[in-house]
Amino acid sequence: MEQLILTVILTSVPLIFAASGELIAERSGVLNLGVEGMMLMGAVFAFAVAMGTGSPVLGMFAGAFAGAITAGIFAFFALGLATNQVATGLALTIFGTGLSGLIGAPLVGQAIDGLPQINIPLLAEIPFFGIVMFQHDIMFYIAVIMVGLCAWVLNATRIGLIIRAVGDNHDSAHALGYSVLGVRLLAVIFGGMMAGLGGAYLPLVLTPHWAEGMTAGRGWIALALVVFASWRPWRVLGGAFVFGGITIMQLAGQARGWTIPSQFLSMLPYLATIIVLVLISRNREFALANSPACLGRIFHTEK
Amino acid sequence: MKKFLTTMMASAFALVGGISAAVADPVKVGFVYLTNPGDHGWTYAHEVARLEVNKHFGNKVETSYVENVPEGPDAARVIRELARQGNKIIFTTSFGYMDPTLRVSKEFPDVKFEHITGYKRSGNMATGNIRFYEGRYVQGVVAGMMTKSNKIGYLASFPIPEVIQGINAFALGMRSVNPDAEMSIIWVNSWYDPVKEADAAKVHIAEGADILAQHTDSPAMLQTAEKAGVHGFGQSSDMKAFAPKAQLFSSVNNWSPYYISKIEQMMDGSWSTGEGPDHWAGNTWLGMADDYLTLTEFENMPAEVKAAAEAAEAKIKGGYNIFTGPFNDNQGNVILKAGETYHDGNLWNDMNYYVEGVNGKIPG
Repeated sequence: MEQLILTVILTSVPLIFAASGELIAERSGVLNLGVEGMMLMGAVFAFAVAMGTGSPVLGMFAGAFAGAITAGIFAFFALGLATNQVATGLALTIFGTGLSGLIGAPLVGQAIDGLPQINIPLLAEIPFFGIVMFQHDIMFYIAVIMVGLCAWVLNATRIGLIIRAVGDNHDSAHALGYSVLGVRLLAVIFGGMMAGLGGAYLPLVLTPHWAEGMTAGRGWIALALVVFASWRPWRVLGGAFVFGGITIMQLAGQARGWTIPSQFLSMLPYLATIIVLVLISRNREFALANSPACLGRIFHTEK
Repeated sequence: MKKFLTTMMASAFALVGGISAAVADPVKVGFVYLTNPGDHGWTYAHEVARLEVNKHFGNKVETSYVENVPEGPDAARVIRELARQGNKIIFTTSFGYMDPTLRVSKEFPDVKFEHITGYKRSGNMATGNIRFYEGRYVQGVVAGMMTKSNKIGYLASFPIPEVIQGINAFALGMRSVNPDAEMSIIWVNSWYDPVKEADAAKVHIAEGADILAQHTDSPAMLQTAEKAGVHGFGQSSDMKAFAPKAQLFSSVNNWSPYYISKIEQMMDGSWSTGEGPDHWAGNTWLGMADDYLTLTEFENMPAEVKAAAEAAEAKIKGGYNIFTGPFNDNQGNVILKAGETYHDGNLWNDMNYYVEGVNGKIPG
């Protein structure tokens, strides 16, 4: 049982990274559908650097950096040139998938040593809970800390207030003298960095090799997760475990011979997201209170 | 003046084109790939064979491929485009291309189509396949002898005949040496999803399996096995680099003799689909005896297991029919009595059950 829960937690980590980064971008009013592309860029650079230098920790930084740069491309078009965010984001996914494949072509067929496991002293000794929570690689701890950081910044700091203001009403924020595009640029770059880390987790921990398109749709699940979490950081953490749990339950159910069709269980994360969407939008006030009002809307400064 | 120049250039191009056609005129051969050669599994094996084709024919043949083609109706667009570009023979390398290939084959009666792993054919569409299940029987023998927990974890992709054949051949091999061992199957519902494959492998290990086998394409399962200290088998190509301590052996698909012989037949006019009472005439379904399926070195196993694996391999190469009775399905129904054997048609039409030793039932 501990092993199963451990598997759930590990499979959730890329989702936690990518979704909490996307959450910050969306709270600032930018819908970046390029998560999958940014994750793949993060994955390929993390693998390349980890292989070249022999240091998976450097690979982790490279993944974050590559994700941030990829997000910068999105920002150039969607913020700088005010292109349609949905189309630009989709293009970024296609671009990132292709470019990562091109960069990764010479890396195919090679393996690396992944990130080592770090046992937190004392806490790791606790039966069950210690194994599940405190015997992980460095990136798992970073993921949990980042969720906490996102929640704290958004809800308890001035920076968070500005991000939310820009996301909820960019004209007012602009009138107050905040740089809407500047805030959004930073939020998008942060989202890219987190997506890059999420992507990096695949070749650094889960499957220590590079394979083209290895994220296999996790970027899209992360996008669904942001909505599922109704744009709240801690709910992202919970939601990631729910989504991860459904995946693993589906696999374990098969191994144990349950008769639920695996296809049904495979669609549960998406079904859950749709149900949450329906619940959110059923009540107009609730919907307005929960989703960033300017999400996906282009900001024009008056000349 | 401008028009004159354009005309001049056009005729110059026509001239150059005419000359090169007279000199070389390579036969164009097209390939449709499911993923990309970077999967290091199924498509990689096809790409290796395509490069062998280039080497074998030199400038007599010009090959091209389209990668990442989704299975289903959309594939028809890609196949049709390849036919329009003048490819004389087109290999579509996944089960899901069967109906699209069939449709396009009717639109281009002069083009030869070779569909891989399916069962539908037409006058200009043949089927090519490898007897993958032969390697899986040998895997079963090794797994049955190596397992201590008597639990084998198996990752499967989709419940199509080829995959069911593999599961049952594995189980028959396993039970030939260890009737107490049991297999459980996890359907990943994908040919290629490294993280999900790794997750499924972890689940198998958590459920007590100490030997893993896969009918999916990435090396993720073996890497997971390596980390957890259990053993497993590689798929489609040698995956030793990913799991030097965990890989017992890989079954490697060798498509090059099939491609080369079919292209040669097309060039000399002897290509046919062999319509007639014999189900497989004109189509290709060969295995270990013809080196279409090769096994990598047997490693990470005791000498007596290695000897048993070599014996099983030799037995199959010598013509042993793996699906020879007596065996039952996992509900206890008698499938074949002692001395009875399956012929190839049975494998495709009648095998809709798991044999004894496999837990659960086939989905769908």
